This record gives sequence, C-alpha cells and structure tokens, in this order.
Amino acid sequence: MPVVTYAGTEVKVNDEGFFEDPGQWTEAMAPEIARAQGIEELTEPHWQVIKFMRTEYAEKGTGPTVRVLGKTSGVTVKELYQLFPKGPAKIAAKIAGIPKPRGCI
Amino acid sequence: MSDTIEKVSIIVSKGSLEGVYPALIMANGARAEGIDANLFFTFFGLDVVHRSRIDHIKVATVGNPGLHLATMAGGLPGVSSVMTHYLEKKMEKLDIPPIPEFVEMIADTGAGIYACKASVDLFELTEDDLVEQVMGIITVGEFYEMAAGGEIIFT
Repeated sequence: MPVVTYAGTEVKVNDEGFFEDPGQWTEAMAPEIARAQGIEELTEPHWQVIKFMRTEYAEKGTGPTVRVLGKTSGVTVKELYQLFPKGPAKIAAKIAGIPKPRGCI
Repeated sequence: MSDTIEKVSIIVSKGSLEGVYPALIMANGARAEGIDANLFFTFFGLDVVHRSRIDHIKVATVGNPGLHLATMAGGLPGVSSVMTHYLEKKMEKLDIPPIPEFVEMIADTGAGIYACKASVDLFELTEDDLVEQVMGIITVGEFYEMAAGGEIIFT
C-alpha cells in the first residue's frame, strides 16, 4: 500500500491515490493533493464542495455522486466541471481524503 | 498505445428506454472520469433530443425477450406505459435521473450533444424541434472528424 506525505504527515493511500483512512486527512493537506490533480489554487467554491464531500461521507459512509453534488452542494453541475475538470465526484473525493465514490451515475 | 481512454463518441440509434439509458449513462460516466464525451443522436434515437418526445421515451414491451413478458401481453394498450412507469420509479430510487434531466446534466458536464443531419431531414425536423442542449445538426463526416482520436460506441 503506497504511503505519501502531505503537509508533512505520512498517509496511506490506495493504488489510485485515495485515502485509506479518511481520519488521517486534514485541511492543510488539501492544497497539496489538489496541485497533484492539476488544480493550482483551491478557491472558495472548491472548499464548499470539499467540505460537502466530507460531511456526506461522515453521514452516509460514501461520497456523493455528481448529481447529488449538483442538487445539494450549492454548486451547479456546470460549475462543478469547471472547478474539477477531470471529474468532480472523483477528484473532489481525492482532495477531501475520502474513498472514490462507487456509482454509475 | 495508451491504456487510458481520452475521448468517447457515442451514437444513439434507438428510441426505446432500454436503448437510450445505457448510452446516457456511458456518456455521463465518461465525463465523471474526466474523459471527453460526445453524443450523436440518429434515427429513432433523435426522440431523445426532440422537444415533444423527450418526455415520452418508453420501454419496448413487444419484441423484447429480456422482459420475460408474453408478446401478446406486451402489445396490450397501456402495458408499455405501465412498465416504463415502474422502471422509472425504480431508477429514481437508484439516483438515475429521468431522461430530460439526464440530457440537461450531460450537457452541463461539457459533453457535446449532436443530431444526425440525415435523420433530421428524414423526419422533416428543424433545429426548433430539438431541445436547446443540441449543439448542432451534423453530417456523418463531421461526426467522424469530431470522433477522431477517440473511441466510437454504437448503441
């Protein structure tokens, strides 16, 4: 299992780079993970999505789909793809330190 | 050769619910993975982008052995509507959007949505008959240009 260092702390990730233990994640790690995903700067709406991902995961045990994000995070589907061009649910989950959402929608 | 897919172009030629959803799910799923996607609606698939028909895409209850319904029963008036309603309820529970919302959402993901010129001419339609998400009525040649360098999926 790969171990990477974010914000000076070693964390365990899976082969795709998703956190094995979401409890290891801190906000300070997010900008570094984001940069590795090609997002140079985390803006306010990025954070809105990341925090929403964390809350959803804490409540439901899984990250939300893009459809749920678009309906309930306060950020539209169009904006989500502008913020996370390589796939909002997937990339935001990675930056938020939660497992990759498994769903077909 | 790369082992990742960068772009998919999906042709939708069927106008039945079971003919349409797989293509929409694949296009939306591609975008969710960061893959570029184009949808090209041709023949009866055009119903999906037809303003007055998009809300009335139904399951084929005749000639559909997978439904395990006697052909005679499937042909009775209303059976297709009832089956469609039943499936739509199940899909809503699974967070699968109704077709009009799905098309809107796929357009919002940045996927391209196009109508086939030959089919538009065949059914004597114009741009005004099509939903606003349609980015253009294109020829097969233009489709191939757009699809160049990616995967093509025919459904």
